[in-house]
This record gives sequence, structure tokens and C-alpha cells, in this order.
Amino acid sequence: MVATRKGAWLYHGDAARRTWRTNGPHLLGHMVHHVVLDPRDGRTMLAAAKTGHLGPTVFRSTNFGKTWKEAAKPPRFAKVDPGVEGRAPARSVDHTFWLTPAHANEPNVWYAGTSPQGLFRSEDGGVTWEPFSIINDDPQYRTWMGAQQDGTPDGPKMHSIIVDPRDPKHLYFAMSSGGVHESNDGGASFHPLIDGMEVVDGLDSKNITYHDPHNVQMCPSNPDRLYQQNHCGIYRLDRPSTTWVRVGKSMPKKVGDIGFPMVVHPRDANTAWVFPMDGTSVWPRTSPGGQPAAYMTKNAGKSWTRQDQGMPGDQAWWTVKRQAMAADMRDPVGLYFGTTSGEVWMSRNEGDKWSRLTQHLPHIYAVSTGLTK
Amino acid sequence: MKVLIPSPLVSYTKTTAVDAVGSTMAELLADLDRQYPGLRFRIVDEQDKMRPHMRFFVNSVQVFDLDLDLNPTDDVHIVQALSGG
Repeated sequence: MVATRKGAWLYHGDAARRTWRTNGPHLLGHMVHHVVLDPRDGRTMLAAAKTGHLGPTVFRSTNFGKTWKEAAKPPRFAKVDPGVEGRAPARSVDHTFWLTPAHANEPNVWYAGTSPQGLFRSEDGGVTWEPFSIINDDPQYRTWMGAQQDGTPDGPKMHSIIVDPRDPKHLYFAMSSGGVHESNDGGASFHPLIDGMEVVDGLDSKNITYHDPHNVQMCPSNPDRLYQQNHCGIYRLDRPSTTWVRVGKSMPKKVGDIGFPMVVHPRDANTAWVFPMDGTSVWPRTSPGGQPAAYMTKNAGKSWTRQDQGMPGDQAWWTVKRQAMAADMRDPVGLYFGTTSGEVWMSRNEGDKWSRLTQHLPHIYAVSTGLTK
Repeated sequence: MKVLIPSPLVSYTKTTAVDAVGSTMAELLADLDRQYPGLRFRIVDEQDKMRPHMRFFVNSVQVFDLDLDLNPTDDVHIVQALSGG
């Protein structure tokens, strides 16, 4: 599933992942930030969408995109009546940015993260959404979220909503900006989880506002292990520790450990991938030196291996956004990423060799995978 | 009263002109949302602000106030100010 600034495309592969059937565009003209297939039923897809002019919504399909139906009540913040003192200023959802299917034992539950930062939950498969006031309207969280200028160029984001497969009440989410947060009670309360994470030089790392996680992933084979690609490096966290360890220090110095995506192996918690980008000076957010590559670790971040075979060797100034790289569940694992210049690349062998799956798409926001049933 | 619908909202109404009722702009939008669920949130946000690039005209005069009184004979145009790429 490929979500772009102008719509979504679906690519159906055969078992060998050698032939692909293109299906799209879907929701042409919509800015689609995320398309996710529900792994619990293998057929429900949600798409977070807006247009340049119309407000944000969520579309739902149960027939692989033949038809889409709009949510009856998309994610929206609580209305704040003017003149009510002591309330945080009113906000409006600009777009829904992130979609996460909940626990396998909660078949119709989904979580959504928005821009500006907001957390939402649906209990009816994405038809109606309710806000987590404990986050969205909490004065402390609102301070940590900062204002528009604290977010990304496309607006501040709530993302990386993670549900522990062992416990539906154990949740994580991340905010750009605003740090990583955890709940052990199904969202009744949350607490920050930022120890060990670095911030831009000169800023106070104790100030949660300054923390900018780009993508956090939990290892399916070991839910006590999390990896994180951050504005300030690559990190690993092994629970019950609460201190992130910067494992990106072992990346080559000329490449650095800045980027947006973070991908984990579905069966090996020691293996993960990143797609570095140039985070120097004015933050070009392009492949360092115009030489794109994924980097893989097979030892939980102790060392990283460059994977660029098949990619252009020079003058390829790609940007891969935080949701635009994904793995499948096959053996060997397939990897996929999309660029803001509209190309999708894939590897059938865990990054050893890459080939271009398609090109000429609009600016790609997100790439996700799923097994249909 | 007659309400002119811009093309991005025709997916809701299936036509570019519809009938709706209301003694204020807010009531008119509520009636449109009753007839075409979801339409209102695409053009007015959760704080009751008209979204950027959405414009509302009553008898060819641009209006900004959802509390504005309406008459049954008024012509209401919802217009999308297309911009960007």
C-alpha cells in the first residue's frame, strides 16, 4: 500500500514477490498520509486522507479498495467554547497522520494519531473516533507538544502508536515534537519515556518538548525491545530498562545516524533497518552525498552494514519519509520504501539487492505491507 | 433555499445544487450535514471555523459568520478557492 500526496496505490504481489499487479489510484487528489490493512481480518483497510482544501477524514474499505466509505465521525478535537478560562487553546485536526490496528483480541479497535498531535481511538473499525482527552487536552501534554513551529514542516505529528501484542493495555506513542510516551493502563494515564534520548546541541534534554522521535518500532519477536530513529540518532530500548541507548554511533561518520524510517525484522529482534538522510546544516533530508542506501544491523545496533546494491550510485537525492519504509512477513523478509520523488523500491532478500517496483507516482508519504485473507 | 455546491463536495451531494433549510448559516450547514453526512466537517472545523480556502457567499456577498441570519429566498454559494499544486 502506497500513500501519496495525490492518492493511494495498491500493489498486489505473487508469493515470490516477482510479479506485481497495480491497483489504483484510489482517492485520487486526496493527500493520503497512511493506508493500513488490518492484519486481524486481512481485508479491512483504513486510509487517512484530506485534500488541499477539504478537512481531514478517514476512509474505510472492506473490499480492497473497490469502494471506500468515509468515517461517520473522523478524528477531531473537542470543541473549546470561547471564554472558558483555564482551558488550553482550541485546536483543529489538520490531518490524520498515523493509523494503528489495536490488539488481536480487540478486533474493531484502532488508534489514530493526528497533526497537530492528538490521540484517537475507534471501537467500531474506524467508523467513529473518540479523542483521548487525557492527552489532547492535558495542559502538561499540550506544553510538551509545543506549537506549530516545534513540529515538522508538514506540521507537528502524533505517530508510532504501538500496542503490545501481549497486553492490549500496554501502549506507546511518539510525538514530533514531544517525546515517547507509555501507558500501562489502556490509556487512562501516560508517562514520558525519554531517558537516554539526545536533543539538539545546547538544548536541555530534560525538557520533553525538545525531543523529536521520528519513528519507533517494537520487535514482534521480542516486544520488550524497541528501536527508534530520532532527530538525534538511532536508539534501542530493552525493557524493563527505561533508558534508550544510542546505537547509531556505530554508523559510518560520513553517513551519520539521522533519518526518518525505522524497520524491524518480523522474527529476529537483533535485525533492523534504517534509511539515513542528510541532517547536517540546514537539514537537506536527502540521501547523504546523493548516494542512497539502507543500513542493516544484525546485532541490535552494534554494527551496521550498507545495503545499496541496485540503487543509483550517484546523484540520487532521495527523501524517504518516516512512514515510507516497511518490511513484509516473508522469509527472507521483503523490504520496501518510497521516495518523495515517487519511486517505490523493493528487496526480496532483506536488503541484499534492490530493484525499482514503480516510478512516476506523486510524492510518497507512506508505504505499508499486509497479507490479504 | 438553493445552495450551490463546489465540485470537491459533489461526492457527497451527487449534484452541484441542492435545497437546504436553516434560519442561520449554522443551521443551514447542520441541515446539509443531515442530508449529506460528513459534508460539514470537510468545510468547517471542530472549532466552528470555516476551513481555509472554503468561502461562503449569500446573495453574492461573502460571509464569515455562522450566526448570520438567512432568509428562505437567499441564494447560498459554497465556493472552494482553488490554489496550490
